[in-house]
Parts: sequence; structure tokens; C-alpha cells
Amino acid sequence: MAVAGTTPDSVTLRAEGGVARRQAWSRASRYILLVATLLGLVVLVILGIDNAIVGIPSLDWDFLSNYPSRFAERAGIRSSILGSVWVLVFTVIFAIPVAVGAAVWMEEFAPQNGILTTVRLNIANLAGVPSIIYGILGLAVFVRLMELGPSILAGALTLALMILPMTVITSVEAINQVPPSIREGSLALGATRWQTVWNHVLPGAMPGIMTGTILAVARAAGETAALIMIGAFTFIAFDPSLSFHGLLDSFTTLPIQVYNWTIRPQPEFRANAAAGIIVLMIAVIGLNALALVVRDRLRRN
Amino acid sequence: MALASSPDGSDLSRAIRKRPLSRPGESLIMLSLVLCAAVSIATTFAIVYVLFADAIGFFQEISFWHFFNPGNEWQTLFNPRSFGVWELVLGTVNVTLWSMLIALPLGLAAAVYLSEYAHVQTRRFLKPLLELLAGVPTVVYANFALTFISDDVLLPLFGDSVSFFNSLSASIMLGVMILPIIASVSEDAMASVPRDLREAAYGLGATRLEVAFRVVFPAAISGIMAAILLAIARVIGETMIVAVAAGSTPTLSLSPLESIQTMTGYMLQVALGDAARGTTDYTSLFAVGALLFLMTFVLNVAAQIIVRRFREAYE
Repeated sequence: MAVAGTTPDSVTLRAEGGVARRQAWSRASRYILLVATLLGLVVLVILGIDNAIVGIPSLDWDFLSNYPSRFAERAGIRSSILGSVWVLVFTVIFAIPVAVGAAVWMEEFAPQNGILTTVRLNIANLAGVPSIIYGILGLAVFVRLMELGPSILAGALTLALMILPMTVITSVEAINQVPPSIREGSLALGATRWQTVWNHVLPGAMPGIMTGTILAVARAAGETAALIMIGAFTFIAFDPSLSFHGLLDSFTTLPIQVYNWTIRPQPEFRANAAAGIIVLMIAVIGLNALALVVRDRLRRN
Repeated sequence: MALASSPDGSDLSRAIRKRPLSRPGESLIMLSLVLCAAVSIATTFAIVYVLFADAIGFFQEISFWHFFNPGNEWQTLFNPRSFGVWELVLGTVNVTLWSMLIALPLGLAAAVYLSEYAHVQTRRFLKPLLELLAGVPTVVYANFALTFISDDVLLPLFGDSVSFFNSLSASIMLGVMILPIIASVSEDAMASVPRDLREAAYGLGATRLEVAFRVVFPAAISGIMAAILLAIARVIGETMIVAVAAGSTPTLSLSPLESIQTMTGYMLQVALGDAARGTTDYTSLFAVGALLFLMTFVLNVAAQIIVRRFREAYE
């Protein structure tokens, strides 16, 4: 029914008045929200550019191969790179078997009762414990009680406990994604439950476990507070020795060295800190990218 | 046989679980797997024991009331020394407040954009990039907060009214650090809001903006709350950024421009000095640590309870 007395000459679909305003707001909101989403990344880009400008002039072979020094232009990151690598290698050796073992038990063997629920909740809570608390734990248990001192071994054990919860969680997820039909097929052919886990479940879960491991290593590689707590804020001008006894040597790591240069009052150390940050960021971003690649490649196979 | 008579999947898996471990040595393997899982329980007990054993030593010297009396200062350097923890707690509250003020609008905007606006490919590209913000070593953020944010941005901007070490520079970088936590946990919550709700709203003529903020946002509010609690837990536990950039002056101020000290900042300061074992300086580390542990524990448990409840709501 036409409205009395008026006949519109043309019908238009364009909204008017309040509706048009609401639509305009909605269209604009897309860009406002996008800008807000990108703002954090903009800060990261500025951070990268700032450190590149300040740090790249100092970033040469001497910087990589020199020991730290009280003269900024002679100081380098040799002992901190070696320390980082050495501590991380042992962190992985300690953490990964335990994390995968715990995840296998939780997913494949644990009785479905209160014990399993307790273990699950416990791990979820441990994942939220601040790293400095793991540092206190390492100080009291590994450094003092077990008398390891602020050594590579104590540092690796502390970091291993710190990354354990997140590694267990990612391993549990990876094992969970192996289809039950694979287990049933193996069991139907007469394999024991352990043979099934070892030959079929773990290989299937490997991409997820490796991705989680690499991300955990990236986190441990950037950790500073926990290692300072155990007493690793020291001046190291020697290479860690590649012996069992070398595990009891004191050490420094790249983030600790960056911290050291950051809090020095002399401005000439600022370039060293920035150059150290560039190396650290390349390592961390590289590990994150590697995790993505490993996940994609192994998933495709 | 038993298996054949119970075709139901759950019966089958129960039957398989009961199957004996036939090969020799496998019980040893089983034992070692149980021990692996026990490591996590042992870690929790060790943390609680270590923190509270030395914290008790602290409270034998400093009374509980002295520690928690808001009228007492935190002044441990020279006599008469005073251990009123509120100044440290308020330092932590200070950076939490300002970093959340920065991260909350940005993180929620990012969550809404990724969940309601972005194309699938945009999301696949943006999400890992955004998550990288949480993977940057915090000492890198700490350096940037001090040398760039404080020195090159805040000092020219506020002049004399801002101190060189200030809570705002730390809060800005803490905000950047927790952005991905808020964005990603909230986005998960928004993504699990049923499609029907959105379609019903569109059917009634709502715009995308209205659907996002008046339908999806309220429906996902419990997940968003959990994201906020997790982010707060992350902020109060973070050490390097506040230790480097926020200063080392315990104070009851919530001002963003002043030098402050947080609980974690104090703990790192003790670790850097050489407090002899058994001294009040040394045991105060554990008392503050125990308080920090309790605070993060409560926040994490609350977040887990909320997440579990909200998952049940739509399943």
C-alpha cells in the first residue's frame, strides 16, 4: 500500500538518517580496529630500526669473537654466545625426555582418575609461575642444596624446570592429535601398548613435539631473570670447557650480557647492547620461524 | 572374546587399557614414565617448600603485622630498616594498572578485528606476527623502555615532571608484551561464539560493528575476563622490564611518571647484591617471592575456572 497522497518517483536502496550513520560507523570501524591491531607491531618495528641504527656499526667479527671488556669498543659476546648455546643444549637434554615421558604417561597410560586431573591442573599452574620464582627454586635447590654453584649445570636444570610445563602441554596436544585408529591398528596386530606408543604414536606426534620444543628453546634463550637469580651475573672471559667437569664452570648468556650493557651508565656501551640485541633477536625470530617451518613440513609428510 | 562383544569405542579403549604389558622390561619403562610425570608434582612441592621455609625465617624476625602494615616503608638499605611490603605491592599495582590501560583496548581491538573483520588469510598472516610480541626476550623490551621510550620519547614530552626511571616507560613495554595474550585468548573466546547469534543479529539489521560489540563481545565476556587475568599474572611476574626501566625507589604512588619499585624489581636487586645466607635481606627475598607466587597462583586458578565454565556454556 502506498502512503496516502505520495508516489515515490524512484526507489533507492541507500540507507538514510540513523541507518546511514550506523553503517558509516561500521565501515570506519574496520580501519580503526586494524590500526589498533597493528600498533603493537609498529612498536616492534621501531624497536628493530632503533637497535639497527645504534647497533649495526659495532656488529663485526671482533664483536662476535671478543670476550667482554670494560672498554666498550673491545667488548664482545664470545663467552655469552658459547654460554647460551651450552646451557640451552643441556636444558633441552634435561627437559625434553621428561616432558615427553610425562605427556605419554598422561595421554596413553594414566588411570582416568583424580591423579591425572591433579597432574593436569598442576602443570597448567606451573606454566603460569613467573620465571623469577624458578630462579629462586634453582638458587635454593641446585646452587645451594646440591652445591652446584652458579654453574652451567645449575642454569640448565633451572631453565629445564621452567620450560617443562609448556613442553608437556604442547606434547600432550601433539599426542592427542594422533588418530586413535593408528593405535587400534597396532594393538590389533598384537603390539604391546608400549610398542604402539614407541613405533606409531610418538612418530605421529613428532612434528608437534618438535615445534613445541623449538618454541620452548626460544623462550629459554631469552630468559634473564631466572639466571640472574641463580647468580649468573658474572664476568666471564674464558670458553666453557667441553668436558664433564666443564659443566660446573660458571657462565654468562647473551641476554645477561645485554642486561649488563643496558644498565651501565657509560653511553658508549649502548651500541654494544644494541648489537647484542640484534644477535639475540635474529636467534629468537629464527627459532620461531624454524618452528613454523618444521610444523608445516612434517605435517605435509 | 571380550573385545568382540563390546563394539562400543569407549569399551574398546577401556579393554585396551587393561591389557597386560607383556614384554619384559616394559614395566620399567612404565615406572620411568610415571617418574617423569611426578617431576612436575615434585617441582610444585619444591617451589612451595623453598619459598615458605625461608619466608618463615623472615617472619621470625619481622612480624607479620609489620610486613603488611600499609604505614610502614620498604627501606632495607640503612638503619632503621623497615619492611612494609605495601610499597612494593603498590609498585606492582602501578605498572599493572598502566600496562593494562594500554594493552586492554589494543588487545581487545585486535581480538575483535581478527575474529570478526579479518579475512582468513589476513588472520593467518597477522596472528603469528602478533604472537611474536610475546616471544621477544624481555631484556630487549627493558633496553628499549630505558634507552628509547624513556630517554627519547617521555623525557622530551614531559620534561622535568618525569623522572629518568619511571613506571610509564616500563608499563608501555609491558603492555606491548601482553598484547598477544589478551588478543589471542579473547579471540579464541570470540571465535567459539556460535554463528547463529551473529546471523540472528544480522537478520535484525545490525551492522558488523554492532554485531561485534553488542553480540559477540558480551557472549565472549568470560573468555575475555580469563585473558585479562592471565595478562595480569604475566605482568606482575615480569622482572627485567621493571627492574631496568621503572627504577628502584619503593613508594606508595600510582603515578606513571615517578620512579617506583615492584616486588620482582626488589627480588632482582637482592639477587644482584650479595646478601649473605640467613640475613634478613636474603630471607626477605623469599617472603616477597612467596607473596608473588600466591598472587600469580590465585590469578591463574581464577582464569582456569572461568575458562572451564565458559567452555561448558556453548558445548
